[in-house]
Formats: sequence, C-alpha cells, structure tokens
Amino acid sequence: MLIRNVILSHFEQVAKEQDRQLEPLRDNLPLLESGLDSLCLAIVVARLEDKLGVEPFSAAAAEDLPFPTTIGEFVGFYQVAVHA
Amino acid sequence: MLSLGRSQNLSGCTLRTAKGDVPLGLLRTHTCLDVAASSLDGASVMVWTSSPVEAAMALVELDGIARRLVLCPRGIGPDLLNYIVETAEADAVISDLSLPEEAGTASWIRCHRELQPAAVPARTRATEWVLLTSGTTGLPKLVVHTLATLTEAIRVEAASSTVWSTFYDIRRFGGLQIFLRAILTGAPLVLADSDEHVGDFLARAAACCVTHISGTPSHWRMALMNPGAKLISPRYVRLSGEIADQAILNHLRAAYPEAQILHAFASTEAGVAFEVADGLAGFPEHYVSSLQGVQMKMQDGSLQLRSSRLALRYLNRDAAPLRSSDGFVDTGDLVELRDGRHFFAGRRDGVINIGGLKVHPEEVEAVINRHPGVFASLVRTRRNPITGAVVTADVALRSGQKCGPELERELIGFCRSSLAGHKVPAVIQFVPQLAISETGKVIRHG
Repeated sequence: MLIRNVILSHFEQVAKEQDRQLEPLRDNLPLLESGLDSLCLAIVVARLEDKLGVEPFSAAAAEDLPFPTTIGEFVGFYQVAVHA
Repeated sequence: MLSLGRSQNLSGCTLRTAKGDVPLGLLRTHTCLDVAASSLDGASVMVWTSSPVEAAMALVELDGIARRLVLCPRGIGPDLLNYIVETAEADAVISDLSLPEEAGTASWIRCHRELQPAAVPARTRATEWVLLTSGTTGLPKLVVHTLATLTEAIRVEAASSTVWSTFYDIRRFGGLQIFLRAILTGAPLVLADSDEHVGDFLARAAACCVTHISGTPSHWRMALMNPGAKLISPRYVRLSGEIADQAILNHLRAAYPEAQILHAFASTEAGVAFEVADGLAGFPEHYVSSLQGVQMKMQDGSLQLRSSRLALRYLNRDAAPLRSSDGFVDTGDLVELRDGRHFFAGRRDGVINIGGLKVHPEEVEAVINRHPGVFASLVRTRRNPITGAVVTADVALRSGQKCGPELERELIGFCRSSLAGHKVPAVIQFVPQLAISETGKVIRHG
C-alpha cells in the first residue's frame, strides 16, 4: 500500500475510534483542522511507527527542523523518512 | 485576608473570550448566579461547568464567601459528580448545564455569562480551593489549597502592557496559576472556549496582542504545528505540567527569538516549586540548596519539596497523607544528576504523563482485564513526539482466544467505553505471556 494511503487510513481509523468527525483530507488542510486533536495525532504517530518503522518527528526536533502543519506536509514528512 | 473579589487589580482583569469580553471587576457589584451569593456564605460549593469562563466568574464571585470551592476541570463527567459531591461535602453545585440525573443531594445553581446587579456579601473567609487530580483507582483525588498557597509564588509587578493567555484549562493547576496571575496583576486574560479550535484561538490571541502565554510542552508542540503559531509574538513563553525536553525548548526559541522562554516545575500537590529560564532542559544542581522559600531534597532518586506553597491535604477519606512527617511532599518524579544538572527521568510509581494528564497503568489494566478474552495485561508508556508519551498495552489472551486487528479494535472500544480518551491504549500488542513475579504480580520493569 502507498505510504499516503497507509497514513490516511490511520487518520480515518483513529477518528472513528475517538468519535471524531474527519474533514476531507486534502493536501493543504491544516493538520489541526482535520478533526483530529493532539491525542489522536499522537496515536496516529505511534501506530505509524509500528507500521512503517519510522518516527520522523524526533529526528526533526533534534535538528531543529519544523514539524509539518498540513496533511500534505505530514505525508511528505513520512515519505522522506521511509525512503531515507 | 486576600480574596479575589477584593484584589485591588481585579478591575484591570478582563476575560477575553470567543463570545466577547467579561470584565471581572463587575463581579464586585454584580452576580453571575441565579441565587443570592449570601445564600452560599460558608457553603462547600462545587463548580462544574462546560465552559471555563463561567467557572472563572463563579470563582471570583464566591472566593471569600464560600467555605470551599471545588474546581472540576474539563473531562469530569456526570458519573463522577456524586463521588465529588460526597467527598467535598458539597452543599451546592454551580453549573452552566441542566441538572443531570446523577447530581445527588446538593442543590443545583445555574450560572450565566450575563451579569445581574446584586448586593455582594463581605468576603471575609479563607476559602479552601480544591483541585482535582487523577487517582490510582480512576476516582479523582481532591487536593486542598488556599488562595495563599496558590498565589505565594506570584510576584505582583506593574504590568500595564501585559496580556496573558494559556492553553491550559484554568480549572487545572497550571491554568489556575495563569488565571490568578492575570487577576492579581490586573492584566487581561485571553481564554480558549471549550469548543474553540487551536488555530482560531491563536488567531484571536494574536488579535488581542498576547504578550505572556503558557501551556504544557504538548500544548506547545501542537501550537507549533499550526500556522496560527506564526501570528503571535509573545514576550514570555511558559511551559509546565510535563518534562520540557530540549527539542521543544529549541523549537520555541526558533519560533519566538525575542521571547523569554521559561519552564516551571509545579504540581497540584507541591504547588509551584521553581522556574528555569536558561533555555536548557532540567535544572541546575545548585537549585537544590539555593531556592528561596522552597526546600528540596532527593530521596530514593525522587524529588521532595517543602514550602509554603504546598497543598494542605487530600479530602478523600482513604488517601495517604499528602505530606510526610517532616512536611515534605514526595513528587514521585525521578531525577538524575548529569554534569551539574538535574534531569527528570520519569515517575517512580510508573504514572504516565500524557500531555499533562496523569494515567495510572493499574487503572487501565483493570479495565482491559475485564474483557472475557483477556488473561492478563501490562500497560506501559511509549515516548511520543506529540503528547510526550502515549499508553501502550501488552495483552496475553486466554487459551483459544484468537488475536488480530478485530480484537485489537474491540479492546480499544472496550477501554473507550469506561476510560477517558488519554487513558485508552494507543497501541495494543498481543503477547504469548507476561512475566509474573513470585508474589503473583505482573513484572513492570526489566
């Protein structure tokens, strides 16, 4: 499955579990307007670490690189990390 | 006697909310309640509102009048009302919600944002302020403070251009500190309403020219992931409630190069202990012996504190004493000394901190173990870049029970039905067995 699809399916699954209404996940949608709160995003990141074997936030933080702010940036963040 | 209603700077403090401004000084001559405040003279009063704004108004109005004010933060559902009413011996519940079935024997008093002129009785009592914190059994612990213990760390300075804001719920310790700072210094406070998105809140904070803003490291990580974070330009950024790691301190420095960035160590029981302003994680070794008004010691690697800012006691009947015989509070936070600096290294009792909210692993395990397919479970923490940590569970199943994604989803739904969202495991792993000690308990470490 494409990394994008893996990520978006996790957004949908977590939204369902946490009774959250998810906005249509277009690339320029700000992450925090997706309908997921910080806890939901934390769950998505934990599960993606198991599924994809990467957790790109810690490395970005160590290098003072900015965190993603939109859905498109979030997907790109993981695509770069998986292919690194 | 200090009371909020008699604070000389109260009239300078306006709550700036998404639904308009609330000048708190009006509460000297007006009421937000639908009963006379004098009827609550000497009463134990629980404040259980959906919005922090109504709670703030009720607290200002009744401090010095009520004998006890119990602050219920967001997330305290009606199922806990009875327990809190009984434990706090509450005579009345103040709420912006309709009377639920679970209200028990306390009288139900509505509060409103629209103020009515009223005669307000003299504010002469040293009201007990009771804060709620998470307990092992799933029932909250009720922690007693006074306005004196809560405000002892606050320095009142002339702050004509200060505008406060916080990501916290002001009914929790970290947020209450900011609420009280705004009142005592007479500064406006920009408050998020309960249903306001982070992006909208940041845009509003920017429009209000916020200069001082506080939150947990998790609040800040989320804020920095929002384009709205670029709109504000605070002079003072404060973190507390969780371990501030170097990464978040560096991120904030990069985002707000002009700001003073400060992380504070505080807890509901220990009050505000100290602040660290050098931009580095942990705290300098010399703090242990050089803090004014706060004594600090390490016992079994855990930080112990004594000061006039400590809470007085728990109200729960079955609770252990809040302070040891020599007057120290054991924070349960483990610290390690490296190169002249103390660093926080997690909790001695295994309590997990999710974005500033406590999770006791035993409480989550008890729920998982109630599932008929589960033999035993072990709840642990996993580091997380968004909330600092998340809860994970290793689950051993009964023989014949098949594992798989469906059961994982079922167990998560099972936990959701009886636990707050932050306590539900983010990840469940099925394991063949869990290590059991000679005493028959699941081994937590090693």
